[in-house]
Amino acid sequence: MSTTAEPPAETEEERVSYFRSGTSLRSWLLTTDHKRIAILYLLSITFFFFVGGLAAALVRADLMTPAPDLMTNEGYNRAFSLHGIIMVWFFLIPSIPNTFGNFLIPLMIGARDVAFPRLNLLSWYIYMAGGLFALATLVLGGVDTGWTFYTPLSSMYANGSVVLVATAVFVTGFSSILTGLNFIVTIHKLRCPGMTWGRLPLFIWSHYATSIILVLATPVLAITLALIAAERLFGLGVFNPALGGDPLLFQHLFWFYSHPAVYIMVLPALGVISELVAASARKPVFGYEFVAGSSIAIAVIGFLVWGHHMFVSGQSVYASAIFSFLSLVVAVPSGIKVYNWTATLWKGHIALDPPFLFAMGFIGLFVVGGLTGLVLTMLAVDVHVHDTYFVVAHFHYIMVGGTVSAFFGALHFWWPKITGRLYPLAWGRVAALLIFIGFNLTFFPQFLLGYMGMPRRYHVYPPEFQVLNVLSSSGAGVLGAAYLLPFVYLLWSLRNGAPAGPNPWGATGLEWTVASPPPEHNFAEIPEVTRPPYDYEIERHDA
Amino acid sequence: MTESVSPYTDRRQRHAADMMGMYLFLGTEIMLFGGLFAAMALTRLQHPAEYVAHSRELHLWIGAWNTVILLTSSLFAALAVHAAREGAGRAAARWLGATAAFGLGFLALKATEYTLEFREGLLPVTGGDGALSEPVQRLFMHLYLVSTGLHAVHLTIGICVVTGLAWRLRRAESARAIPVEITGLYWHLIDVVWVFLYPVLYLAR
Ligand code: HEM
Ligand SMILES: [Cu+2]
Repeated sequence: MSTTAEPPAETEEERVSYFRSGTSLRSWLLTTDHKRIAILYLLSITFFFFVGGLAAALVRADLMTPAPDLMTNEGYNRAFSLHGIIMVWFFLIPSIPNTFGNFLIPLMIGARDVAFPRLNLLSWYIYMAGGLFALATLVLGGVDTGWTFYTPLSSMYANGSVVLVATAVFVTGFSSILTGLNFIVTIHKLRCPGMTWGRLPLFIWSHYATSIILVLATPVLAITLALIAAERLFGLGVFNPALGGDPLLFQHLFWFYSHPAVYIMVLPALGVISELVAASARKPVFGYEFVAGSSIAIAVIGFLVWGHHMFVSGQSVYASAIFSFLSLVVAVPSGIKVYNWTATLWKGHIALDPPFLFAMGFIGLFVVGGLTGLVLTMLAVDVHVHDTYFVVAHFHYIMVGGTVSAFFGALHFWWPKITGRLYPLAWGRVAALLIFIGFNLTFFPQFLLGYMGMPRRYHVYPPEFQVLNVLSSSGAGVLGAAYLLPFVYLLWSLRNGAPAGPNPWGATGLEWTVASPPPEHNFAEIPEVTRPPYDYEIERHDA
Repeated sequence: MTESVSPYTDRRQRHAADMMGMYLFLGTEIMLFGGLFAAMALTRLQHPAEYVAHSRELHLWIGAWNTVILLTSSLFAALAVHAAREGAGRAAARWLGATAAFGLGFLALKATEYTLEFREGLLPVTGGDGALSEPVQRLFMHLYLVSTGLHAVHLTIGICVVTGLAWRLRRAESARAIPVEITGLYWHLIDVVWVFLYPVLYLAR
């Protein structure tokens, strides 16, 4: 892609796009256009990604040495708690669904907007209100409970603004619920003629599955947090054994939400990867029905495995055995996806473009994260590695290695659609590679540390662990820089990138049939679909 | 602001979407109360004898009358939906008015019940908890207060919505059935939640 010295002039498509349909601040803050709401989310989650990232930087800096030199114990506890809370609820959960989901779902199914456009905007405001509570917590000194809020620590002993941060998470929960509800109804009711369930892009299938979890699991978190707040404020004793309650009930309720929630965080990423793999291989996705169905299977089985977080909590061994078995079962649909992506790439006509590189990075990291999940769900092994860095590495491989890579993959794939401009591909490749390297350098040592017995959530550790910790912290530096890189060239491309045209990757899917950036009403005329999904020309010539 | 784009191609599509959205919302409400029911079930499993003993301290008959009142209000809500489907706006408004009135009746009786409990020293709030001697009793009454309180909040919202709708339809010759149907669904959910709360709390004796 060549870039001329003069920035290219505004194109005709840009003049009539959703971007120019109003330029005042008001036109953005009161918009009901799903594409503009997506942009609002993109800006806000990016902000929270930085806040959470700063907290992580503090944690990793403190862990450079075995001594507690940078922060007090209290300060360290607050740093990792804030990191977890912000990253989970203010970045990861809304990340792909609320930005790319919002932008793409109506375009992909041939609709003019989501089913309830005003509810969609309300959802953003609720998210921002929750975000303000979270920032208030930060300013008022934070919390030291970890993102898991375990009782009786959170309900009786913790100092800091537990009620405030619980309110923050409670409030954003309703944003999740409304978004999930909106997506489900949109996908059911607004598909254009010919867009049958069997023709839906896999991105849609995975967002459908995600939305089911959002709608059914989030209310349980809401009531659980409300009970914690009631315990702190009024002495309601449902989690307090001295008052006749049971702290394990908290863990059951929390993980009943939070295990499904890990799939909220990864299912949209799986959908992104299916799109990226198909577009990179220029072939139909191998076993489309299985990839689609596995998303639903993950959503359903994901509700039945929460007990694998409680193997050492004293729950009955029979319960543990069943949860262990079901956790093995939930890995099967994830495995199906990986096999099908591999088969899709087989003999594909692959171009080493950034979206493809991000997808490859995702698959590798997701496999490591998934397989170590299976290791963790072995009852005997978990007794050894529970609450160690092994667990930390496991879930970062999926949530950061996987989901954040997919997020960047999506950003690089749909950026030309969203903005109408191309970015320098070479820089995209560099970023993809650096993220992959930085990530492994940061988190692979943590598997070793955990296996050797380093517990999570401590900032003082025996000196023999220092080498691996220094490796991990330097990796975090590389990773942080790699995450910043795309900001530079993507923002640069807004002014200087060449106009993208409607379909720069030659991909299938209705979103590529409209102009880039899309016009305000998406489709001048509601399209009609007559072809199967991922109907790539090349495959048809071969056949 | 530019005028917003309608995502719908026709009214039927819109109706179907609205109904589905409401059903999903009711699903989230059921999960919300589900967490409380789980806590009550666990408390009963762990302290069966105490749970039964403290259930006996509740005012069985006030709860029973409230069940009757709420079920009747649901009947009125159903009749309002029926009238709206027939296009009879004013009749729908009248039935909605009756629904809201019975909802208010429920709240009044509930408030009386709370007052009685406060006087008896059974309510786990400052000044009203003199008779709460053992932990499980306090826990039981806490769960009672939180779950019936959350239910009352939902009912209050329901009353406001129903009243607002009745006001809008008071002179209407015809009525769009969808808002009435959706409001009716919400009302029935409030009713159903109570139908579960009543046995779990009052009838465990
Ligand atoms: C292949 C399926 C998976 C299995 C069998 C599995 C298994 C496990 C087990 C047994 C634990 C508990 C370890 C312990 O604390 O002792 C765990 C923790 C965790 N897993 Fe997974 N996992 C899987 C997939 C995932 C996915 C897809 C995600 C995220 C998107 C994820 C995120 C997490 C998180 C966040 C924790 C730790 C929570 C905490 O204690 O802070 N897991 N996993
Ligand atoms: Cu889990």
